[in-house]
Amino acid sequence: MRQILKNPLWLVVGLAIIVVVLPLFLPSTYYVRVAALVFINALAVLGLNLLMGFAGQVSLGHAGFFGIGAYAVAVGPTHLGIPTWASLICGTILAAFIAFVVGRPILKLRGYYLAVATLGLGMLIAMIVSNEGAITGGPNGMPVPRLVLFGWRVFGPMTWYWISGLTLVIGVWVAVNLVESSTGRAFRAIHDSETAARVLGVNVARYKLTAFVLSAAYASVAGSYFVLFDGFVTPDTSSFLRSIEFVVMAVLGGLGSIFGSIVGAAILVLLPQVLTVFHDYEHIVLGAIMIVFLIFLPAGLVPAAATFIRRRTA
Amino acid sequence: MSILAVEDLGIAFGGLIAVDGVTFAVEQSEIFAVIGPNGAGKTTLFNMVSGLYVPNRGRIVLDGEDVTNLPPHELARRGLSRTFQNLQIFFRMSVIENVMVGRHLHEKRNVLAHLFTLPSVHAQNMATRAKAAELLALVGLADLAERPAGSLPYGALRRLEIARALATEPKVLLLDEPAAGCNPVETEEIDSVIKRIAAQGISVVLVEHDMRLVMRISNRIHVLDRGRTLTEGTARDVRANPAVIAAYLGGLGSQEATHARN
Repeated sequence: MRQILKNPLWLVVGLAIIVVVLPLFLPSTYYVRVAALVFINALAVLGLNLLMGFAGQVSLGHAGFFGIGAYAVAVGPTHLGIPTWASLICGTILAAFIAFVVGRPILKLRGYYLAVATLGLGMLIAMIVSNEGAITGGPNGMPVPRLVLFGWRVFGPMTWYWISGLTLVIGVWVAVNLVESSTGRAFRAIHDSETAARVLGVNVARYKLTAFVLSAAYASVAGSYFVLFDGFVTPDTSSFLRSIEFVVMAVLGGLGSIFGSIVGAAILVLLPQVLTVFHDYEHIVLGAIMIVFLIFLPAGLVPAAATFIRRRTA
Repeated sequence: MSILAVEDLGIAFGGLIAVDGVTFAVEQSEIFAVIGPNGAGKTTLFNMVSGLYVPNRGRIVLDGEDVTNLPPHELARRGLSRTFQNLQIFFRMSVIENVMVGRHLHEKRNVLAHLFTLPSVHAQNMATRAKAAELLALVGLADLAERPAGSLPYGALRRLEIARALATEPKVLLLDEPAAGCNPVETEEIDSVIKRIAAQGISVVLVEHDMRLVMRISNRIHVLDRGRTLTEGTARDVRANPAVIAAYLGGLGSQEATHARN
């Protein structure tokens, strides 16, 4: 029984059930909208967690990849005549490709240096989208054409709830598979001791790159969904603050915890809704919460809760 | 032909010549010890042989192939693995997962297949786990397989590192102070583990401070002092060599060595 419960695929089943049942308890479209936003953010955080929580490599520039996905579905259909669904795929490939090319040199850096390099990458992408006004609408942004699938115009919070929910379930399934494979073990090995991983035959540079490319792809899909849902894209999608938000979500939920990515995203999406009272001080409150968490629950919410439950039942 | 040959190996850090023209050869199934006082360059030598440092001069030949400038993961592929004096355990993984990482090179490494868990991936995971369990049994850690590696006592971690290195199926295994910090009982366990490894046809090269262990199990001993070779020979030769006694064993040490059982 214990062995069956330990199978991580239960996480996928559990999440699927939550996604299916949740709408029954959501009183208005406002909440459906918020839930869809949680799913979309969780998707990006999930990818980032593969990179940070499992492979142990920091990225402070993930909003850059989020932005690539976002602008792909805006620019593709508007300027290039590529259908939205194809633009989404092209955006994902582009983000993965940029991660592949840029990742090679910068993943040689460690710790703070890698953080600063990824930060620079994110800022670079943000600068390109706000400066190329003719294509991207510059700082004012541009409208995003609706997704059309087989002649069906996809819009509305409920539709996007289902699309993003389903995608998140698939995203979690893929992440669980990866973590349980030899690739996942290589990621975690690199996190704990690069030297030992190398001596055991793990091509460290290649696995770091794999994690970076995968996480960029996750972020790009999330970015596309985010602006398709909104119907509008601005350079804000790739801003530094959003990169930080992703990192905060990953750390809050728990680095190295797949479920934690979703919890972290949920908290950070829900909190501002609750904190509207503080409106102008929202980021101060978020910062304060972050500091408190890092001091008292440095492992993050989900791992801390798991340890607590294990102690109670043991 | 020897399985591992080191020829005139040398490295300098700034002005400090850490290893200066060391040459030795290790045969199959042999237990070969490298000893020397602190700072003699033993670990530096290991770091060069395992590809962590690039030597300034000399050659390393593994099973007939010149591997001098190859990175560690390429050396692992060619059959060389090692353990570390300052333990390099994957602390966040379970004991058995640590060993499973060592199976990396023997697994299919297709990331796309991993993403969608094709049935073959599942079967492979089972095979890897079974092999890892076998190796844990060899070093006497079978009972602790599912424990987090970080929770193990020191002596057990030393054996875990050996099991993990063995998982790569090496031809040559470098052990950097496998008994450091271990009590006499744990040292004895490591002693028998090393003998079992050599009996399987794997060459063991070890750096060790525990004289009794070295004298007891080594076929040949290579003595370093200040980066240079002092002498090489059997335990008996080394013990009788006055230069070794002067440089390394000193007063008390030589007495200890004389009393050591063969």
